[in-house]
Amino acid sequence: MNEKHDFASDLRTYLVGFALAALLSAVPFAAVALHRPRAQVLWLLIGCGLVQLLVHFRCFLHIDLSEQKRDDLQLILFSVMIVVLMVGGTLWIMGNAHRHMM
Amino acid sequence: MTLNDWLFGRLTVQAALPFYSAIATAAASIVVVGALAVVVLLTKFRLWRPLWSEWLTSLDHKRIGIMYVVLALVMLSRAVVEAVMMRAQQAVSYDSPGYLPADHFAQLFTTHGTIMIFFMAMPFLTGIINYAMPLQIGARDVSFPLLNSVSLGLTAAGAALMMISLCIGRFSTGGWSGYPPFTELAFSPDVGPDYWIWAVTLSSIGSTLTGINFAVTIYKERAPGMHLFRMPLFCWTALCTSILMIFAMPPLTVATALLALDRYAGAHFFTNGGGGDVMNYINLFWLFGHPEVYILILPAFGVYSEVFSTFSAKALYGYRSLVYATMAIAVLSFTVWLHHFFTMGQGANVNAVFGIATMLIGIPTGVKIYDWLLTMFRGRIRFAVPLLFALGFILMFAIGGMTGIILANPGIDYQVHNTVFLVAHFHNVLIPGLLFGMLAAVQYWFPKAFGFRLNEKWGRTVFVLWTAGFLFAFMPLYALGLLGLPRRTVEYFQGAYRPWTLIAAFGALLLLLGLFAVGAWLFVSVRQRDDNRVPAGDPWNGRTLEWSMSAPPPEYNFAVRPRVTGRDQFMRDKLGGMAYLRPDEYEDIEIPLGSAVGPLLGIAGILCGFGLTWHIWWMAAGGLLLSIGTVIARSFVRETTRIVPAGEVRLQHEAWLGRLAMERPASRDQEIAPSNRGLALADGS
Repeated sequence: MNEKHDFASDLRTYLVGFALAALLSAVPFAAVALHRPRAQVLWLLIGCGLVQLLVHFRCFLHIDLSEQKRDDLQLILFSVMIVVLMVGGTLWIMGNAHRHMM
Repeated sequence: MTLNDWLFGRLTVQAALPFYSAIATAAASIVVVGALAVVVLLTKFRLWRPLWSEWLTSLDHKRIGIMYVVLALVMLSRAVVEAVMMRAQQAVSYDSPGYLPADHFAQLFTTHGTIMIFFMAMPFLTGIINYAMPLQIGARDVSFPLLNSVSLGLTAAGAALMMISLCIGRFSTGGWSGYPPFTELAFSPDVGPDYWIWAVTLSSIGSTLTGINFAVTIYKERAPGMHLFRMPLFCWTALCTSILMIFAMPPLTVATALLALDRYAGAHFFTNGGGGDVMNYINLFWLFGHPEVYILILPAFGVYSEVFSTFSAKALYGYRSLVYATMAIAVLSFTVWLHHFFTMGQGANVNAVFGIATMLIGIPTGVKIYDWLLTMFRGRIRFAVPLLFALGFILMFAIGGMTGIILANPGIDYQVHNTVFLVAHFHNVLIPGLLFGMLAAVQYWFPKAFGFRLNEKWGRTVFVLWTAGFLFAFMPLYALGLLGLPRRTVEYFQGAYRPWTLIAAFGALLLLLGLFAVGAWLFVSVRQRDDNRVPAGDPWNGRTLEWSMSAPPPEYNFAVRPRVTGRDQFMRDKLGGMAYLRPDEYEDIEIPLGSAVGPLLGIAGILCGFGLTWHIWWMAAGGLLLSIGTVIARSFVRETTRIVPAGEVRLQHEAWLGRLAMERPASRDQEIAPSNRGLALADGS
């Protein structure tokens, strides 16, 4: 693989990433600007945020399913698991305590 | 605002000096006299310059590790004395106020807990990992040597704030967990909680950085061929501990930062009024607090694994199961934090889930204990001091673990929470599960670090005193807890408690003797160092790479980076006659130059923390500016490493190999005799 080809494919990845990231940011902004924040709008925001995370990982940090990225991918998945445990657990505990104490 | 306010903030002679009780005055005097004595001695022996240039500014992971351990031992002494004072108070305070004012007693249990966790346990294990882990994976240093020094600086700054708080002003009375609303301005208007906030914040930032440093080191700096599954088990536990540090320390930093906003900026995160909610703090604190328990205990598990295998002259039994058990414990430690607040008011289902998750941790821990027992099975066991600690650990930790399973049942927890039953439980896991491990590690790796073995008899005395002291001091607390004695009680009126508190005080006295014995152990060993030299570097017939070099090791660790073909590489080399080979060629080695950034950031941390505590804003701002300025100035330093030329490496290595050729190999019967010069007769499996 020559350098020129590398550069072109890198550039393409970055441009695709940029376009997707811009789109995934524009949609939530538009949704909030056009509607009053409702439950569906909030879910849309969360969804777009999560998809954008994946776009960043794939296009900007070059994480994919290949063998040589396995270590990085495992670390990211591990971090995701811990964050889900911590944030999810906190929401569950505090929500439950809130219901019982009110 | 008068000039006085501007200059000194809330610091006045009346608020500052520790004359509120004779005992506090005495304690402060001891600290001041001790500090002065150190200054005088350093000046007298002209040690300031070597201390600064060879130790404080050193970026060598081995020296940083040793400094961490020294810090831990100093802080251990203070915290043990505090523990003895508390037990003595409870022994005499039946139906009487005892000898300590309640406010002073409250400071004691707060500083005891804070110091033991943040300034004894954390520096101790960080120091041991710092020393041993890079040697075990065949690295020349950690990935970020400067960051390592910065972490030490910040941790030491937190410890310094703790010591300052003993002399100037008062410390928090809110316990080591610092629960609001008690630690809010409304109930603690003095500077105590501020001292606590900034000391803990500094140390938690240091620990986060340490965690990142160690994890990256283990991922990136392993010698060629050192696959993850060929690492010594201690490195696995170091890796899991580092990852826990990375994820668990930030919630603590956030919790203390929010509490600081409440106290300084009039925020209402955890107040009773204004929309605050204490439970958020409790949840955040234990989100850190539970993984912290495993941060503390996993490195000791690693030490025990090395010790059982070395002193049984056998490969570790069930290596893979031990690794998986370590990982399982690390992950499960993030699923159980609610068991610290079963009684906070959430529903029974939530409690049940976290209770069951807590009990699950018993399974991987049990796997480990059986693996260690089976490592000893049919091994040729030598009852050296590290192994004694390890055996004591297994027996006592099993009991501590059992009471943990009991407490994991929310129904039982409702009965005994906030009693000394809980105090007995966590001391029962942490003393054998952390302190014994660290003391075993000191005895085990000391000859590597300083070139001579520690005195075996005093080592055994330390073991006996700490074991007996622990049993006498904490077993009665189980009974007391079931009888209903609340923790942190300064005075009680129930005669049934009396015999147990007396026994516990006796145990505390034994622990104090144990502390003195640690001092004697080190002192006697240094005096007799010439009888116990091990220049060849392998006094225990070791199995892993750190034993393959001289003791103490050269600054660059390995003259030639080792090639690893399997587990216990050094033992393979010795059995195959491949150890101590003369390599064909040497190469230039790049090592980091010393840097003052770490100590300077530490000083900046002290200034900032002290200024914030007393509302001396110029000092706080100055500290902050000093830290920013230091980092900027560092970025202009172009020369950060120096090269040790291949020729010099060759000279040193060949000189050592030459000495080695003159040593007689020692058999294991001679292990603690002067004839053990660190060259082991290769046998084992």
